[in-house]
This record gives sequence, C-alpha cells and structure tokens, in this order.
Amino acid sequence: MLSVLLLTLIGAVVSLSVGDYAIAPLDLWQTLWGGGDRAQSYVVFQVRAPRLAMALVVGACLGTAGALLQSLLGNPLASPDLLGISGGAGVAAVFTILILGVGGPVLAGAAFLGGLAVAAFLLLAGHHRADGGYRLILAGVGVAFLCTAITSFLMVRAQLELAQAALIWLTGSLASTPWWNVLTVLVVAMLALPAVVASAHWLPLIQMGPAAATSLGVRPATVRVTAVLTAVLLTAVTCAFVGPISFIALCAPAIARPLLGHGAVGVGTSAVVGAGLLVVADLIAQHALPGLSVPVGVVTGAIGAVFLLWILATSKGRQL
Amino acid sequence: MTTVSALPRLAARGLSAGYPGRRVIENLDLEFAPGRITMIIGANACGKSTLLSVLARVIPPLGGTVELDGADVGTMPRRAFAQKVGLLPQHPTAPDGLTVAELVSRGRHPHRGIFQRWSAADTARVEDAMAKTGVSVLAERPVGDLSGGQRQRVWIAMALAQEPQVLLLDEPTTFLDLSHQIEVLDLLRDLNRQDGTTIVVVLHELNLAARYADDLVVMSHGRIVAHGSAADVLTSEVVAQAFDLDALVIPDPLTATPLVIPVPGGAHAAADER
Repeated sequence: MLSVLLLTLIGAVVSLSVGDYAIAPLDLWQTLWGGGDRAQSYVVFQVRAPRLAMALVVGACLGTAGALLQSLLGNPLASPDLLGISGGAGVAAVFTILILGVGGPVLAGAAFLGGLAVAAFLLLAGHHRADGGYRLILAGVGVAFLCTAITSFLMVRAQLELAQAALIWLTGSLASTPWWNVLTVLVVAMLALPAVVASAHWLPLIQMGPAAATSLGVRPATVRVTAVLTAVLLTAVTCAFVGPISFIALCAPAIARPLLGHGAVGVGTSAVVGAGLLVVADLIAQHALPGLSVPVGVVTGAIGAVFLLWILATSKGRQL
Repeated sequence: MTTVSALPRLAARGLSAGYPGRRVIENLDLEFAPGRITMIIGANACGKSTLLSVLARVIPPLGGTVELDGADVGTMPRRAFAQKVGLLPQHPTAPDGLTVAELVSRGRHPHRGIFQRWSAADTARVEDAMAKTGVSVLAERPVGDLSGGQRQRVWIAMALAQEPQVLLLDEPTTFLDLSHQIEVLDLLRDLNRQDGTTIVVVLHELNLAARYADDLVVMSHGRIVAHGSAADVLTSEVVAQAFDLDALVIPDPLTATPLVIPVPGGAHAAADER
C-alpha cells in the first residue's frame, strides 16, 4: 500500500517536471511554493497540474467503480468497460458531439444516461443469478460490441472535423484539461462518496448469498442497485470529460486485492491504485514516444490487454 | 438467564407465500414456542423452506404477516430485525480465501453502524461464538478448505456472533454423515439449553427431528398437518398423509421418542394410490 502511494507520488513529481519545458526538481519545489518565475508557474499550475489532478481523480473514480462491480458480481472480469457501461456512455456522448453538436454538461448527462441504460438492461437480463456473474458479463460484452457498432455508424456519417474530435474523445485523453473540468469531476465524485462508503460496508455480505445477506440485515436488491448506480455515475462522469479510458477499472481492483485481507472489497485501495495507474499511464502516453504524445487511452488499452491475458492465464479455473 | 416471558415470540398469522406464479404456502398460522427447539418436517416441496425464507424476510409474504412479539416484522428496520432473528440458509457461500475468523466476524454486522469501529466487545462475541461451536482452533484457516461438518459449525458460529434470540436453520445437516449430523444437532441443543435461544430447524431426517425437537411441525402441500410434541404428532397416519409413505412408528428404544420405520415397498403403495 505504501509502495503504491510512493509510486504515485514519484509519478506525480515526474509528470509535473518533465516535458517540452523541463523544470528541475529544485525549481519545481520553489514553483509549488510560489517562488517560480511566470513561465514556470504557468506550465506547472495551468498545464501540468490540472492534467495530473484529472489523472488522479479519474483514476480513483475508475478504480472505485471497478472494485464495486467486481465485488458485487464476485468476478474479477467485471468492469465498466467489459460490461458495456462505458460503451453505452460512449454512444450517448458521441451522439451528443456529432448529432446535437454540443458538449459540456449536456455531454456529461448524456454519458450518464447512456451508461445507466446499459446497466439497467444488464440488471434486468442478468436478474441476480448465482453463476458468478458470467451471464451478466457475457451480456455486457454483447452490449459493448453493439455500442461499438453504433458508434462506428455515427462516426462514418459524421463530418471529418467532428469525427476527429469524437475519435480523440473516444480514445480517452487527458490533454488540455482545464481546472474547471477537474473540479466538476471531483464534485460529482464527492457526491457519490456516501453511496461508495455504504456499498463498501454492505458488499461483503452480498458475497455470501442473498439469504445470508438478508439475515444479516441488508436488502440485497438495495445494495445491488446502489452499487451499480454508483459505479455508473463514476464511470460516466469520467467518460464525459476525458472519454472512456479503458482497463483502469479492470486492473486497479486486481492489483489492490493482494494488498488486502481476504474477501475485503478494497474500494479505497482500489481507488488509490487506479489513481496511481492512470498517472503513470499518462506519463507513458506523453513521453514514451519521442516527439509524439498519444492519448492515454492507447496506453491503458495496451497495458490492459496484456493484463487481461494475464488474469486468464493465472486464474487456474477457480472462481475466476 | 432470561425468563420465558422476556423471550421473543415469532409467529406467522394468515401467512401466504411463494414465488411469482406459484403460491407455496396458503393462509398459515403458526406460533413458535419461545426458548424451545421447533423442527419442521415434510415431504419435498411441501413449503417448509419457503416458510423459513418468509420468516427470515428473505422473501416477502404474499399475504398475512410474520410477527415478532406481536409486531409486524415487515415494518421493522432490517438491521433491528437481524439483531433478533438469525438465519442459516441452505447454501451460503464463503468468498474465496476468507478465513473462519473473518467469516464469523461478519455476524457482527447487524450490531455495527457504517461508521462504528470494531470494538473489543465485537471481538469477545466472535471468540465466544467460535468457542461454543468448537471452531476456535480453525480460526485462521480458509473456510473453503474445511470439511462439511466443520464448515457447518463455522456458519453456525457466524449466526451466533449475530447474537440472535431466534435462530432459523434450513436443513443444517444435509450432506453430513450421521455422526456429524448428531454433532450439529447436539450443538443446537446445547445452545438452546444454555442461552435459551429459540431454535427453528427445517430437517429431513424424521427420526432425528423426533429425538431433538421440543415441538414438531409437520407440513404438507403448504399447510400444517400436525403441531405438537413428537410423541403426539409423529404417528403412522400423519407419516402416510405428509409423506405418502406406509411406515411403522415405534418408540425409540433409547429415548422413547417416535421412531419411523418405513414398510418395505411402502412408498410404492402410496404412489399407486395417487
């Protein structure tokens, strides 16, 4: 846990100092305390800090959403991307950008509704069966493909400039983030916090089966709906501002799990891991290829694909 | 020791229950004697597990009420209800790698709010529950690694950590060999005699039910066929009615409780009549 925090901190410091305009560690320290020159202050506070803050907040949101879904379904493959929730949010957002031609709060609202529609469909289709959540995940993968198809259809028909903008958004990018966006995501995350805390309190009981959970004083249906809505909200709000950044929600809980006791939900740890992952992924995205920075979604997609294979290879057929 | 009048009274009044499209229990009235062991027996699909599920609020009643001390439990906060009534379901699942101590600790959930820290009293209750069920030595073992008999005692320990005044158990001896069945039933009897916990058990094994029950409830097709002491209730007529089985009922040579001995071919004869 301490190593995760340390890694995140190092990533944060590096991401503030490295770039086209390099800032030495000592200068960075001075700048942070208000001692830097104007250029340094501008680069650190208006360009790099908001991007870093966005990576931290979005990573934490995605890590939380993944942890909620995985412990609800008792399946490490459950995540907003594989369940099609990100896909639903994506379709709605692309529709908003391309057809309605608007952004901002409308985009955020549309993304939330899109994600919610998929989640509602899944809750009805998967209707709490004790099959380890596989029916739900298969349904989700199907929905995700459907969403991709719809998105492609919208993109093909769109004007080139709009399509270009939508494509960058679809890949997931943290570039040119204003502070205002960071604040909005942060506020939504704070609003979701009570539901996150309550879900984390109840979810360990749900894992014991609906009857046992009921006998310990929780209502499985309430917990299920709360956890799913919260995960959708956290996914959708990040989607709306930085696009559907893939695989963070899948990987963060899996990395967090060994750091915890057995059967713990680990929402907090997963949030920290998610934040750290995204900061590091964004560093790679900005600086791995000389002279070319790619959207962070490309990096998380590449990491995530390898990670998914690793989960499949090491699960040994037990309760995957 | 609590006095009988202070013990909770769990009762079903005009209770109907079932699942969408299928009513399993119709207009059932039943009162469970406080501080005693009641065993519910009946053929497969007679509604005994459904009855237990409604009593524990796992499924809502379709009609009538479940009452605890005269109050409709449907209006009670779930946590308050869980502080008084515990359930050991038929197929509880323990998450991968969860240890015995961690599982038993979850029984404390109804007594802890979201922001309440784990207290010394919680630890004491958990240790007490593990000691009573003889699983203290297993505390750090993963639940998944235990034998069937050990696992059942661990789940009972979890239910005890909940400190219920009424404990409902759905076929707690299924899949256990005879000696482990006896072990579980002895444990339940000890809990009842020491703590005065009201215990309601759905059981398949008639002769064990007759031996361990203070009160026996016989169900058939969602209704109660007979209710009373095993000696009064378990007759060959009742067995024929509830189980479609011709059986000889004699006193158990060791305990004098009724002993049901099926007549060879008795089940076929009954089936032919239908």
